[in-house]
Amino acid sequence: MSEQHDHDHDHDHDHDHAPITVDEKPGYFDLMETAVRELLIERKLFGADEIRRQIEVLDSRTPALGAKVVARAWTDADFKSRLLENGRTGCEELGITFYDDTQLIVLENTPAVHNLIVCTLCSCYPRPVLGLPPDWYKLKPYRARAVYEPRAVLEEFGTSIPDDVEIRVSDSTAIIRYLVLPMRPVGTEHLNEAQLADLVTRDAMIGVIQVGYDREAA
Amino acid sequence: MSATLKKLTAVVPADGEVPLFKEGDAVVIATRSPIGHYRMPTYLRGKSGNIEAVIPGRAVDNEEEGYGRNAGSKGYYYRVAIPMTEIWPDYIGSANDGLRIEIFENWLENPTDV
Repeated sequence: MSEQHDHDHDHDHDHDHAPITVDEKPGYFDLMETAVRELLIERKLFGADEIRRQIEVLDSRTPALGAKVVARAWTDADFKSRLLENGRTGCEELGITFYDDTQLIVLENTPAVHNLIVCTLCSCYPRPVLGLPPDWYKLKPYRARAVYEPRAVLEEFGTSIPDDVEIRVSDSTAIIRYLVLPMRPVGTEHLNEAQLADLVTRDAMIGVIQVGYDREAA
Repeated sequence: MSATLKKLTAVVPADGEVPLFKEGDAVVIATRSPIGHYRMPTYLRGKSGNIEAVIPGRAVDNEEEGYGRNAGSKGYYYRVAIPMTEIWPDYIGSANDGLRIEIFENWLENPTDV
């Protein structure tokens, strides 16, 4: 892109904006990634096509997949019991593959137990079913506080869990990933599976919020 | 029946072939401080908990895997339950609140051996 950004093309907006460029010097890890990638390609250990393919794999994973799993569990009791027995094979039934070779434990929220997931060491996350984690999930304040003061963290997300409900924080570290199965909201008996999936958000499957349903707004 | 049992007890499993702990067992997390790559968060070392579940199937020790050493190091991971009040004496919340974490076998000790 040129520095001038001359406006000879059609524009729907008329405000001025800075040209979109990358002026910052690459950081240490950017340089290392580029160097390693170029070496792998140069030595023919890896091809550009394989890198692109993996990016396509990652891009195809979004919270919509997890929402589909949750909605199926809400509407199919047999599926739900299989999913709770083995999260990975449950998801695989719906065509969700586990490209990173992790296992999955699905944690069911109930009126007595509220689950929350975190990775205190780094950023382990159920990527095959939810895609990339949000930035706050990877940053130290969440990672440290989720295991030390989970109720205060939940309050900051607007989630108030009564004292007689047990909070269970699952810290993922090695081969297991976790997905929270939120409680199905009351008043949703008339919704079908696809409509239910629309209610399920990423944060609810991390466990920082509950799934809400506002019948008036719906 | 007793003949079958006798036969079965004669089978000697290899190290790491059968889980050392079972559901419900009390465990203590080791307090060692290795240099380098580890998967046992510092805030849990030395804490006591219970085995909630044996994670099915043996897996490589991720700490060894970090150095490319996989062969022969397969073992069991356990889902361990630890009360929040055990981890944090000043914990604010319900006494029922707890933490769950997967721990590789070589970090777990039998409390009576400690």
